[in-house]
Amino acid sequence: MESRIRVLFLKAAATLALVTSVGIAPLVLAETSEQVVRPEIERREVHEADIDTEDFEVGIFGGLMNVEDFGTNPVYGARAAYHVSEYIFVEGAYARTSTEESSAERLSGFQIVSDRDLDYYNLSFGFNILPGESFIGSKWAFTSDFYVIGGAGSTSFGGNDEFTWNAGFGYRLLVNDWLALRVDARDHVFNVDLLGESKTNHNLEFTGGLSIFF
Amino acid sequence: MTSNAPLLQYTLLVLFCMTFAARNASAGLFDKLFGDEQPIEVRVVDPYIELHTGAGEGYPVFHVVEKDAWIEILKRKTDWFKVRATSGKEGWVSREQLERTLTPANEYTDIADATKKQFASHRLELGAMGGDFEGGEVMTIYGGFFFTPNLSTEISASKIFFKSSDANMADASLLIHPYPSWRFSPFFTIGTGVIKNEPKSTLVQEKDQTDQLAHVGVGLRVYLARRFIFRAQYKHYVIFESADDKPGNDNNQEIDEWKAGFAFFF
Repeated sequence: MESRIRVLFLKAAATLALVTSVGIAPLVLAETSEQVVRPEIERREVHEADIDTEDFEVGIFGGLMNVEDFGTNPVYGARAAYHVSEYIFVEGAYARTSTEESSAERLSGFQIVSDRDLDYYNLSFGFNILPGESFIGSKWAFTSDFYVIGGAGSTSFGGNDEFTWNAGFGYRLLVNDWLALRVDARDHVFNVDLLGESKTNHNLEFTGGLSIFF
Repeated sequence: MTSNAPLLQYTLLVLFCMTFAARNASAGLFDKLFGDEQPIEVRVVDPYIELHTGAGEGYPVFHVVEKDAWIEILKRKTDWFKVRATSGKEGWVSREQLERTLTPANEYTDIADATKKQFASHRLELGAMGGDFEGGEVMTIYGGFFFTPNLSTEISASKIFFKSSDANMADASLLIHPYPSWRFSPFFTIGTGVIKNEPKSTLVQEKDQTDQLAHVGVGLRVYLARRFIFRAQYKHYVIFESADDKPGNDNNQEIDEWKAGFAFFF
């Protein structure tokens, strides 16, 4: 008797198990197949104009500039660049510095130039020749460029405007996609005619700056 | 008081309209500047595409996105595109690889860049040139506007450095481009302007002088790549000397100028 009840119980349990498994199985299947089908997401058509381009760079810089015979003084300026490719950029810059009395002026006591300020503007081509990454510790990596740059422009000093070549090199470290730190060394070469005799001047400038890409 | 009421209403209405306009305008501007929140997504069809750490071919590949995965395009720097993979990894993809992806409409992603076709027909042009102006060094920046592919107008500002003086020149000119669709596109130009001569401070006997001028010229514009043009030109100037502006005194100065430089078009 006891065993019969047990058998009945087992039968009932087996039937229940079968029914449940059969009943649940399609549910499970349905669930998985639903996951396989990708939900239809409304995707936007790709228009090139919608992609945010960041080929322009504008920035300010400051540092020291040596004006041959007229001392080394702080220089401040601004620049704007257009990045033509990953290797080439075109840059315009404007900066201003003041000058001290030359030793000749100090000894003789008379002034060669009345206006002590020097300002220049130029247009230059830059070449990113050593792109790379710079690391600070083990967690931070920043993309960077070492570039050479050169161009032509005008320097106003002592009431004259002089045609000026410039050449130099620099280093650009990108803090993030749109912010960069820059260090620049530049030589500005022009012929100066202050005393009625033409002379080639080399004027070295070292600056640091911040720029943003947009 | 009653006469003021319509005025008040009117002012309020104008203010309301202005606020509304400003809000709409700023929303548009905001979207333009910082991008729409709706992502631009494309699907990889090559076996994989490579994500570089920086926007340049020298930067190492640190991640690949496999075929059929979607990537979101975030921004562009020169010919490199910053993308975000579904895993959240962000990196830079070259233009060549990005063009091997499919848009939601199942078409290849087309980065329609400035082409030679647009060189033949564009509206605006900006450039800089340098050269020789009758023995002096000349630097010029110019902006041009095209009415038709064959006819454009330009304004330019130049700085000229002579041995004993320097000069600023501004002029406006008309240009005719007979063959705008050629890669080497010649042009003819005529124009007029002013030149201001400033003697160097060591030469006190001369004084500042502004003169009118006219010029004719011929040149060549060469399409390089993307939106870049090389340009070389010759211009012949006649400067009408105002110091000798007496009847019967024909003391005009004739000047030859050769210049070359680069320009962008938009």
